[in-house]
Amino acid sequence: MATMAEFILITGRTAKQGAALHKGKDSSEYRQATGFVQMSREDRERLGVEEGRRVRLRTAFGEAELELREGDVPPGMLFVPLGPGANALIGADTEGTGMPDSKGLPVEVELR
Amino acid sequence: MMIENVVCPFCGCLCDDIAVEVEDNRITAVKKACASGRSLFVNVHTQAAKPTVDGEEVEWPQAIDAAVRILNDAANPLIYGLSSTASEAQRKAIALADLLGATIDSTSSVCHGPTTIGIQSQGEPTCTLGEVKHRADLLIFWGCNPAESHQRHFARYSALTRGKLTPGGRKDRTVVMVDVRPTLSSKRADVFLQVRPGYDFELLNALRALLKGQNLDVDQVGGVEVARLQDLVERMKSCRFGVIFFGMGVTQTGGKHLNVAELVALVAELNAYTRFTAMPMRGHGNVAGADCTLTWQTGYPFAVSFARGYPQYNPGEFTAVDVLARGEADAALIIASDPMAHFPRRAAQRLAQIPTIVLDPEMSLTAQAARVVLPTAIYGVSAAGTAYRMDNVPLPLKKIVESPRPTDEQVLDWMIERVKTCSA
Repeated sequence: MATMAEFILITGRTAKQGAALHKGKDSSEYRQATGFVQMSREDRERLGVEEGRRVRLRTAFGEAELELREGDVPPGMLFVPLGPGANALIGADTEGTGMPDSKGLPVEVELR
Repeated sequence: MMIENVVCPFCGCLCDDIAVEVEDNRITAVKKACASGRSLFVNVHTQAAKPTVDGEEVEWPQAIDAAVRILNDAANPLIYGLSSTASEAQRKAIALADLLGATIDSTSSVCHGPTTIGIQSQGEPTCTLGEVKHRADLLIFWGCNPAESHQRHFARYSALTRGKLTPGGRKDRTVVMVDVRPTLSSKRADVFLQVRPGYDFELLNALRALLKGQNLDVDQVGGVEVARLQDLVERMKSCRFGVIFFGMGVTQTGGKHLNVAELVALVAELNAYTRFTAMPMRGHGNVAGADCTLTWQTGYPFAVSFARGYPQYNPGEFTAVDVLARGEADAALIIASDPMAHFPRRAAQRLAQIPTIVLDPEMSLTAQAARVVLPTAIYGVSAAGTAYRMDNVPLPLKKIVESPRPTDEQVLDWMIERVKTCSA
């Protein structure tokens, strides 16, 4: 039975993602720089999930499986670097602005 | 040979003090650049590359023919990208859009498009980065993380640099960070206000109220104590020269352009007390140039359609994510951008379904899915051109290595001539 936990998702640029861009989007550097989700230590311990484990994130728009890493984010928040994982989770409705909601999305984490 | 004062084309900082060592047309050393800029220079492709059509290598005339056939056959072609190419090529892309009756949009629409919409309603209290360096004693970074995304901003233009009126450098400046999470940047700040996600507008609105001398009947706004907001207002009013640098924490969160309009309104009101400015932290090296070039060519900065034979502007209607997600674009020309890697899945799926042409130095994810791939030189490394810094100051990009590849400008020129021949 899967356990679900609700969070707020923030996506954004990181230095490693920026540097890995030029290695190629197929490179292991790019995959490592973009293929993870950061969670606070409090939430990780509360959910009893180990670092390095793959978790499934789900929003109203899509889902992505990412490696869990502990990070300096507030409890209740998840951070995912810009990249294929983040793109799968954000919606295409721009509310008449051209800009998708890339930050502040409700997201569920599924732990099997 | 060491080439000095090279402009790095990676991000909106356009650092113009880079030193690059070139031996036998190879870049062997890069000095002063950040990790992202260094990676751009050392991974540049200088070898020849043939264009491809449906995965098969062809000569340039055949590739141009195939590209123009796709665009001519389309009812609603989209031209998108532009932020990592030079303004000379941007100008050609706009001319091509005009000829085709196409929609043209830049990556601005998914970074600071809401900023443009916000300042169109409020005006833009702005300055140059030189003024920040020499004058600013209060630096507020709101919803941005320069330590990771504009890695030399502190050292070149803001927190750490020594200016004529700020000779003490960091000692002469107060640095405030407003963000939803601690970052490498917030750890270097004097004051860090951690706002709850989605409460930027409320926080800005509260600051405006406090500036007007109104009392707030709450203890905190968006997770920040009112006493700390009052302290920030006093710092803002009493500084000599203040600036709010803001990023996608403001533009990509709920409220979007309304957040920017509120931020700019606050800054405008602060000018009753002191000199205060606001500046978006532009991401790609020439994304500001895309706004400038589109504006002087069409009157509008992004989200422009030539479908009626004259330029129309409407974010939400003519922005790339929208025309793709609604299934309206039936062909695409992508210039120096990788929307397959950065767009929401529904928009990227549409891009994969329609015939796409890509101009790019890299074999991007978009190029991998494209019908026609046109490998070009990279501005600032193997081609010269012009780029606009985040403060809209144009800078010359140097050609520091030779490349047999044509520039984006040359390829777009060939396409324009072919379109004219076809319609003659």
